[in-house]
Amino acid sequence: MHNPIIELKNITKAFGQHIALQELNLAVNNGEFLTILGPSGCGKTTLLRLMGGFEQPDSGHIFIDGYDITNLPPEERLVNTVFQSYALFPHMTIFNNVAFGLKCNGIDKNEIKERVEETLKIVSLEKYSERKPNELSGGQKQRVAIARAIVNRPRVLLLDEPLSALDYKLRKKMQIELKQLQRRLGLTFIFITHDQEEALSMSDRVVIMNDGKILQSGTPRDIYEEPNSLFAAEFIGEANVFDAIVTESTKQNTTLKVQNKTITFPEPKQFKAGEKVHLIVRPEDLRVWTEKEVKNTDDMLPGQVEQVIYKGSTVDLIVRLIDGPLISATEFFDEDDEDLFYENGEKVWIHWLPGWEVILPYEG
Amino acid sequence: MIKINEKIITNCFSFLIYAFLYIPILVVVVYSFNKSQFSMIWEGFSLKWYRELINDHEILTATWHSLLLGFLASTSAVLLGSLAAVCIKRYKFQGRKLLHGLVFTLVVIPDLVMGIALLILFHFLPVPLGFWSLFFAHTTFCLPFVIVTLHARLGQLDKHLFESAKDLGASEFVLFRQIILPLLGPALISSWLLSFTLSIDDVIISYFVAGPSFEILPLKIYAMVRTGVTPEVNAISTIILGFTLLFVVGATLIRRKK
Ligand SMILES: Nc1ncnc2c1ncn2[C@@H]1O[C@H](COP(=O)(O)OP(=O)(O)OP(=O)(O)O)[C@@H](O)[C@H]1O
Ligand SMILES: [Mg+2]
Repeated sequence: MHNPIIELKNITKAFGQHIALQELNLAVNNGEFLTILGPSGCGKTTLLRLMGGFEQPDSGHIFIDGYDITNLPPEERLVNTVFQSYALFPHMTIFNNVAFGLKCNGIDKNEIKERVEETLKIVSLEKYSERKPNELSGGQKQRVAIARAIVNRPRVLLLDEPLSALDYKLRKKMQIELKQLQRRLGLTFIFITHDQEEALSMSDRVVIMNDGKILQSGTPRDIYEEPNSLFAAEFIGEANVFDAIVTESTKQNTTLKVQNKTITFPEPKQFKAGEKVHLIVRPEDLRVWTEKEVKNTDDMLPGQVEQVIYKGSTVDLIVRLIDGPLISATEFFDEDDEDLFYENGEKVWIHWLPGWEVILPYEG
Repeated sequence: MIKINEKIITNCFSFLIYAFLYIPILVVVVYSFNKSQFSMIWEGFSLKWYRELINDHEILTATWHSLLLGFLASTSAVLLGSLAAVCIKRYKFQGRKLLHGLVFTLVVIPDLVMGIALLILFHFLPVPLGFWSLFFAHTTFCLPFVIVTLHARLGQLDKHLFESAKDLGASEFVLFRQIILPLLGPALISSWLLSFTLSIDDVIISYFVAGPSFEILPLKIYAMVRTGVTPEVNAISTIILGFTLLFVVGATLIRRKK
């Protein structure tokens, strides 16, 4: 069991009447790439600013390497922040931007030069050291901002939506570069993003926030496959949500009544008979069969195709369940099933492999 | 057809605007070269009034005093004002909003009120009327303009610049010296120029707080004009105008180079 490098305990922060963070606990391990994901206004930036020392919590404590740093100002914390706007000093050359932190810490000239050059090489900007920030492209500025932070060898690097100002292609490229950089340096990254795809593809661990609280924390796969709340399920990826009623719940199985069908799922969670639950299935886990293709429809739900959207490698189907909600299903073209041809209004059967669904207690 | 008409109308209109703005100034310049004793009658070209001006010790002294006063007062206003603007922007303290509001009222307060208020203050302190009273008065009325200019400029800067400087380990002093001051640069210069201009041509406030020991140009001219506009006044005005033009052209050139 390793000790966390940075730990937040019972952090509460309010702005006037508005509670931005509520009794929040979080521990980040050394070398981890942690992503904080959540909707706008849920308190992500506030959380990061508390760690960076730009805001003070109303209550609670922050520890780095076990030391309480709650009252330390930003300049004395061994963490550095990469701001969304990069915040490069416009009147200084790239070299001086990167050297700024080292100069502030009184490091001697030769070492500064060496370390700045080395860091600029890491972000492949060694040729640009004499330019001013406004002579660089967005992606280059981004890299300078990162270089300026990592040259100080911080214990933790905080990044607030560092890629959101970049266009799609550059963003993809920078995602890979950032991840490689983090691996190579062995630094702890705490990374904020709006973009769930970014979160899933880059992180060792994802933290989902809503309304100033952490809802769930886990590996990208856990979060995606086992969301613990309706919010988490709908926030990450797409989710079809059915309302269902438990008819029977044993140690291994749960039987649900859903859309007038009674189906048994392998679900070890315990529910009470008669309890209302949410049944969640990802679009890509759904199979859609035409009437001709199936014989036994006992554990399938009937519906009618409303819209067919071809997306190259997949087909997205919008299906209206009989007496029920609209759902979406993603069908992949593959060798075995080349017959992906549906017509609007066609009667179909929806099915998924039992065990691929998630059953959650009913939330209002 | 319509196009040509439109063009003629636009041209006439802009001509009228320029005429309205510049004819009075042109008149002053032309009449400064007038031979006649009385401003209103043209008797032929002469540099007589310029010659007289150069030999007029009182006017030269007053000019020197005004330049000195303008330089010192605007410099001290910029020094104090930059600190004040940074304080109001960056630090949370009791009465910060009040102070900020008061600065804005000072910008619009009538000179008359300011003049009387300063006179009473100097009487009570007591500050003898003369150089020091003028210096304090000019610094005082320039200060709010400086603060407003610099505060606006600070507001335009990304606040994350300051935060990231702190984040990288800068002390308050390093932050001020290395980040805030250089970024304020152009605004510092323009607020200094604004102060200098305000100081050089202030009549009303100076009228209250000036003493006999330290004469300044605007008051001197004002005194001369009361006995009728002499061509000598036209000559001073033309010279001031010339310097102003040089100044503006110079500033524009420097800015363009950057
Ligand atoms: N300085 C402040 N003064 C008042 N309210 C604030 C302040 N900073 C943040 N808030 C409020 O706190 C809440 C959380 O803000 P925060 O910036 O942390 O959200 P966020 O999750 O980063 O959102 P986004 O994804 O849009 O950046 C918001 O409702 C916001 O209005
Ligand atoms: Mg934010």
